[in-house]
Amino acid sequence: MTTTMERRAFIGTLAKAGLVLAATSAGVRRLEAFELPHEHGPLAGEWEPSVFLRIADDGTVTVTCHRSEMGQGVRTALVMVMADELEADYATIQLDQGIGDNKYGDQNTDGSTSIRSGSYMKFRNAGAAARMMLEQAAAAEWGVDASAVAARSGTVVHAASGRSLPFARLVARARTLPVPQPVVLKQPSQFRLIGKDVPGYDLRNVLTGKAVFGQDASMPGMKYAVVLHPPVYGSKVAKYDAAAALKVKGVEKVIEIPGAPMPSAFLPLGGLAVVATSTWAAIEGRRKLVVTWGASPNDSYDSVAYRAELEASARAEGKKVRDLGDAGGALAGAARKVEAEYYAPHLAHAPMEPPAAVAKVTGDACETWTCTQNPQASRDTIAAFLKIPKEKVTVHVTLLGGGFGRKSKPDYACEAAFLSRETGAPVKVVWTREDDIQNGFPHTVSLQRLEAGLDASGKIVAWRHRIASPPISSVFAPNQEYHTDSELSLGVLDMPYEVPNVRVEVCKAPAHSRIGWYRSVSNVPQAFAISCFMDELAHAAGKDPVEFLLAALGPERVLDMTKTGTVNPVGNYGAKWEEHPNDIARHRRVLQTVAKESGWGKKLPRGEGMGVAVHRSFLTYVASVVHVKVGPKGEVTIPRVDIAMDCGYAVHPDRVRSQCEGAVIMSLSNALTSELTYKNGRTVQSNYNNYQVLRMSQAPKHTAVHLVHSGGPLGGVGEPGVPPVAPALANAIFAATGKRIRSLPVGRQLAGGPVAVPAGSR
Amino acid sequence: MRLTINGTPRTYDGDPAQPLLWYLRDELQLTGTKFGCGISACGACTVHVNGAAVQACVTPMKALAGKKVTTIEGLSAAGDHPVQKAWAAANVPQCGYCQTGQMMAAAALLKETPRPTDAEIDKAMSAVLCRCGTYQRIRAAVKDAAASGMGGR
Repeated sequence: MTTTMERRAFIGTLAKAGLVLAATSAGVRRLEAFELPHEHGPLAGEWEPSVFLRIADDGTVTVTCHRSEMGQGVRTALVMVMADELEADYATIQLDQGIGDNKYGDQNTDGSTSIRSGSYMKFRNAGAAARMMLEQAAAAEWGVDASAVAARSGTVVHAASGRSLPFARLVARARTLPVPQPVVLKQPSQFRLIGKDVPGYDLRNVLTGKAVFGQDASMPGMKYAVVLHPPVYGSKVAKYDAAAALKVKGVEKVIEIPGAPMPSAFLPLGGLAVVATSTWAAIEGRRKLVVTWGASPNDSYDSVAYRAELEASARAEGKKVRDLGDAGGALAGAARKVEAEYYAPHLAHAPMEPPAAVAKVTGDACETWTCTQNPQASRDTIAAFLKIPKEKVTVHVTLLGGGFGRKSKPDYACEAAFLSRETGAPVKVVWTREDDIQNGFPHTVSLQRLEAGLDASGKIVAWRHRIASPPISSVFAPNQEYHTDSELSLGVLDMPYEVPNVRVEVCKAPAHSRIGWYRSVSNVPQAFAISCFMDELAHAAGKDPVEFLLAALGPERVLDMTKTGTVNPVGNYGAKWEEHPNDIARHRRVLQTVAKESGWGKKLPRGEGMGVAVHRSFLTYVASVVHVKVGPKGEVTIPRVDIAMDCGYAVHPDRVRSQCEGAVIMSLSNALTSELTYKNGRTVQSNYNNYQVLRMSQAPKHTAVHLVHSGGPLGGVGEPGVPPVAPALANAIFAATGKRIRSLPVGRQLAGGPVAVPAGSR
Repeated sequence: MRLTINGTPRTYDGDPAQPLLWYLRDELQLTGTKFGCGISACGACTVHVNGAAVQACVTPMKALAGKKVTTIEGLSAAGDHPVQKAWAAANVPQCGYCQTGQMMAAAALLKETPRPTDAEIDKAMSAVLCRCGTYQRIRAAVKDAAASGMGGR
């Protein structure tokens, strides 16, 4: 197999022969490969210039993608980067999906980091070094100077003589050469793939149904299991009767999975697993289980009451985290004072693919295939849960049918591993949609109180922001009841507006569920509150919102983030402020771009309006204008959304555009329809019928993406499109109707609204 | 009972209440038909039964005696159905999980309505959720497939 197409044809032949197959997202592998001790290492004879790159004697180039593909296009982008620097042929390159292994460095596909923080340069350097070695090998072969030859799409060419040699003929010599110092990277003008559009690496497999996700993985002799999880966080099985479940044809065993004590981190919640010969039998068996659940301190968690608790918390002084100037004094002396409270509910990730894992435990070794964003954490958590050495745990990564943060947490893979050990057979654990909605790691719920003072000219002179929102750290450690500095660095402490007197306080907010990060994390509620409040201030000042934002951003400059008055240093998404400054010029540019492209300021019919927001997150600058139309019954339609993104440089522009298009939809789901609520400690919602996400009929009629190429340092792409869209929508609704949306989702607030989530339905 | 899956005659003697989805996925290893909700709320499992779009997760096997089922694996032999070609040209998928259901819904729509209006596209395609948010490209791809003369296929 020398080419991807041949590999795929080969795979097809295997499938037609009726062989039972399992697959990595890199392609289908014969199941017997599970037995191989080291299937991901180089094959005999392969040259491995980097852990991310192998070149076989026949010239076959294999790139290892160590990050998880969940729609953001990392498998395509990393192949593009390697192929470009190496001058390999993109069409024939092979892709291997890396198992969880520290040799790859950080594999957590999270924080919009896969390109920006390291991989881009690592892959470029690896490709360039190997390309130079192949060029030197060719030069030696021909007795010419290395500067006279150049690699080009899988061959090295000597232009002066017209000679060329394919990589296959050069590997043997190249691999013996010293690694070049320094490695000379291409100039951007020499890029043939980076910055261009190519079809997605997995496109064909996806379109023909051959792509293998976690739910699709299988092993010979595999059992199927579903787990009845505790309905309340912290509850455990008190007693149960499995007799009826065991009578369901195909059900073989009911096994109790021990639940970790709170805070349970990534470990399973526990519960009862029904192991069967088919998924359907397991689901039917689960329906027949009779369980009494033990009491939990979270039994009384009630979202209505909790909101009142958060409001009370935010109306009293909290713990100071930022204190610049004298906010209290400036508020008292302001010409005009504005205050508002914003509420954003828990959200469920609800990726289209519910979590799933297949595991096979043999002795103290475990092999698992799962849709995980974090194979190293999966490995370590399985090892801890089973009390086996982590060196004996192999985690293969399938494609992910969406992740959004949920699949960073490997509780479901631990369940599969545990059940495999208990049954002595490979076990596939399937989470149903109900498990996903009811037993996930919900996004935090947030109540924010904002107060600002304007001077007589309408300039902001004072700002007080209180946040009451349970922190993610509550799932890892006890007594975590305040939003943390790292979460506040997602929009609050790094707020770019020029205000001389600022005070930020965090207020108590104990968690009563697991809390997990969700695409763009605390930027979701924090950008909503701040960007809606800025719109309120603009109107209070009698200013156009875009003009008001530009004035509040102030002149083009880089902010000194060490002089903001914060108690602790302000986080910057893992980057140094010197390398990734808070750059007002870039804020202004995306804002001005989106205003211009959207036709901001044009006259609209009655009942229509435009709203705007700008927000920096994950080192990327994004502004959005939403054009909304509100009908007489409060029905919301969205003729158009404009979104401008400056991520520095777009490695794969088409995928950056599609990430922006998708972020618009997700943010509008957050804003219009989605809400996870609790009653008696249990989620009220259970499936897509009552946990609603946007459908095509509710989507904008047109989304226009504007990429701003600033040439700045690389920023993230997957998440930063999300934060500004929801506040832009809320601001547009105000422009259209005069009604402020301070609580999400919009739901029925506009009298009969666009989407109704039945209260109390389950 | 007998039925036909992607042109192949099959005999089924399992639980008559088992949804088609699990027969396809667990027994036939036709995993291109996806599990998303189990209650016909997301459309990830959309297949064709006698040519019409049906959600396999709520279609019991007992309802399929004598019926012809087509899944994504049987939509076209070479993966070149006009819908698949239009999807590729627009680079529609992000994660890809829902896209087989999206394409099956689109193929059924276009067979019935070769030149759908925007409203008809929205109505038919709103049965299939995409959490990645590829709706804009799906709309464009459906129109492309329609324009390519997909109608009547």
